[in-house]
Amino acid sequence: MAALRQIAFYGKGGIGKSTTSQNTLAALAEMGQKILIVGCDPKADSTRLILHAKAQNSVLSLAAEAGSVEDLELEDVLKTGYRDIRCVESGGPEPGVGCAGRGVITAINFLEENGAYEGVDYVSYDVLGDVVCGGFAMPIRENKAQEIYIVMSGEMMALYAANNISKGILKYASSGGVRLGGLICNSRMTDKELDLAEALSKRLNSKLIHFVPRDNIVQHAELRRMTVLEYDPESQQAEEYRQLARKIHENGGKGTIPTPITMEELEDMLMEFGILKPDDESIVGQAKKVSA
Amino acid sequence: MDAETKAARKQLVEDVLAEYPAKTAKKRAKHINVYESPNPDCGVKSNIKSIPGVMTVRGCAYAGAKGVVWGPIKDMVHISHGPVGCGQYSWAQRRNYVSGGVMGVTSWVTMQITSDFQEKDIVFGGDKKLDKMITEIETLFPLNKGISVMSECPVGLIGDDIEAVSKKKSKEINKVIAPVRCEGFRGVSQSLGHHIANDVMRDYIVDKAVAKNADQHFESTPYDVLIVGDYNIGGDAWASRILLEEMGLRVIGQWSGDGSVAEVENGPRAKLNLIHCYRSMNYICRHMEEKYGIPWIEYNFFGPSQIAKSLRAIAELFDDKIKEGAERVIAKYQPMVDAILGKYKPRLDGKKIMIYVGGLRPRHVSDAYSDLGMEVTATGYEFAHNDDYQRTTEYIKDGTLVYDDASEFELERFVKALRPDLVGSGIKEKYGTQKMGVPFRQLHSWDYSGPYHGYDGFAIFARDMDLAVNNPVWKMHKAPWKKGE
Repeated sequence: MAALRQIAFYGKGGIGKSTTSQNTLAALAEMGQKILIVGCDPKADSTRLILHAKAQNSVLSLAAEAGSVEDLELEDVLKTGYRDIRCVESGGPEPGVGCAGRGVITAINFLEENGAYEGVDYVSYDVLGDVVCGGFAMPIRENKAQEIYIVMSGEMMALYAANNISKGILKYASSGGVRLGGLICNSRMTDKELDLAEALSKRLNSKLIHFVPRDNIVQHAELRRMTVLEYDPESQQAEEYRQLARKIHENGGKGTIPTPITMEELEDMLMEFGILKPDDESIVGQAKKVSA
Repeated sequence: MDAETKAARKQLVEDVLAEYPAKTAKKRAKHINVYESPNPDCGVKSNIKSIPGVMTVRGCAYAGAKGVVWGPIKDMVHISHGPVGCGQYSWAQRRNYVSGGVMGVTSWVTMQITSDFQEKDIVFGGDKKLDKMITEIETLFPLNKGISVMSECPVGLIGDDIEAVSKKKSKEINKVIAPVRCEGFRGVSQSLGHHIANDVMRDYIVDKAVAKNADQHFESTPYDVLIVGDYNIGGDAWASRILLEEMGLRVIGQWSGDGSVAEVENGPRAKLNLIHCYRSMNYICRHMEEKYGIPWIEYNFFGPSQIAKSLRAIAELFDDKIKEGAERVIAKYQPMVDAILGKYKPRLDGKKIMIYVGGLRPRHVSDAYSDLGMEVTATGYEFAHNDDYQRTTEYIKDGTLVYDDASEFELERFVKALRPDLVGSGIKEKYGTQKMGVPFRQLHSWDYSGPYHGYDGFAIFARDMDLAVNNPVWKMHKAPWKKGE
């Protein structure tokens, strides 16, 4: 058996990380790969398309019920879904209480100690939008994910987020083995989207792995809590995810150390593509004039 | 002091600093000085973050809030809120004695209760556990008069809302529940913990009691005074209280050694606040002065000179009856003082002591030693502020070595160089000093003795210092291979 591939999907909140990752992983499973998905989001919805479930019982909610994480067995938290993909959710507190970051750390340690990673080809971490503290950087720290795939689009905030995540990867790249696998553009049909995505990939010393076009069939499948691969395997969109899966599969060991750019450089780039207009300094800080 | 000795002390400071890396030496140089009389301060900086890596003797905000200010209040249950260690290591408090009551039924000072945070309390927050715990405390200890929530570090990190829980539960059980945000990472030492604790005492007990006129049966007299900042270590506050009562004053409360919720509530009814440990409770005295117009005065009950001085200064603020009372008390104890000095002064005369403690003692005990004929050659504070060092100049002589937030390394070097006849500091310094062949007394816990306040305390103080300094063991510690030299 080939060595275990540990990958992670990061990106701005709402960009379609969970949808893209589940569809891609479903395609990898179709290729015969054995997959484990680790959802690292307190919402615990990273595995719903694979399990056809609303939200999975998470490691932490079960641990809280049982008393502590030591009281759990792997079978309690591990569910199997489409094409035998194994799914687990770290879970965490409701917004506004406790420490979700610590929750991710606790959950991942539990999975490792209890052998959840044995007998699989891929472990995929799906991490919530903004890396706000050390806990959410856990998957890119020592001996966890080796390849990070950033899901982005042509929207400005998604590009900012992609650059910020690269900074996080760079921080841990020298101490651990983490690399940037590449960018995945989940199209929002913005102006010059493909060009921008390719340009940013280049600036970050990476590559655009795949440009996933927008197709409503993804939403149709989601309403049924299914991946496109399962809902309509013959569709063009399913083919797109298969291509993406193949590219990721062939990308093993080809990740790079990213070269994040400064805020100014990023804004210059956006101006170059006409996404951002130069600041009109004459109007900054001026309130609306009231006519006399 | 002669110029030669003074120059030697300055050289000693230089030599010790020279051992440090340049950056550290530069910083520490500001905290160590040889006092130049009559300067209005000791010439050292204070209340600044300790240098990472040095062995500082300081504690944390939790230690200041729970260990010093809130913990001694005997009829409250004090929760160590967070993981188990902080509660475990502060169990049983600081020898602040309590009178009356039954342990575990009406008094909880030497007991410990902790919320014992587990991983899930960190991840999901500890508010629910705190809520449940307060209900359980109320069931187990129904005679408690209130509960304090002493917040440990993780509680602050994860953003638990202990104020909201305290408010809700306080309504439910109709008792004081005081949330104290004394997370250990706040501030540079235990000093911020004292301040936070004072503020919570102000907001959750003092001002509320005044607003709702708690204890309407309280009958005031013109002679009502409140003892503030005496923690009753080894019974200190009791030895102080009797003197005030003998001179005709009525002590309406002790904050917080052997204190109770009722005494805190009735505090603002005092005509005068008497503060002993200025550092840890001046904040609430200032508040009561500003809000309720209660004057306050610092006093010092260590040793006969300071006791007489303080009794007279306090009496000065009252009528002739009290002034006469003060003179009567001083005269009454004079034969006792003469007997103590007659016995111990010849044994201790000319001996030198080096002090390093916290709070008020680095200056307050100075004249008690002088009364015995001893001399303070060096002194310093763990967590003092500028105003403490200004107040210290009243007590110390020209050429005294003064150190702020001293490290174990510095103390060891100073002991080695000065070879004092006695060192007064804490448990962490005790055995190292004794192994250097130098007598030692703990000046935090009174080395399991006390009281040291008041005339009764002075008798014990003098005996203890003699026991340490003149113990025959110090003549027996010569290394066997040096015999006959």
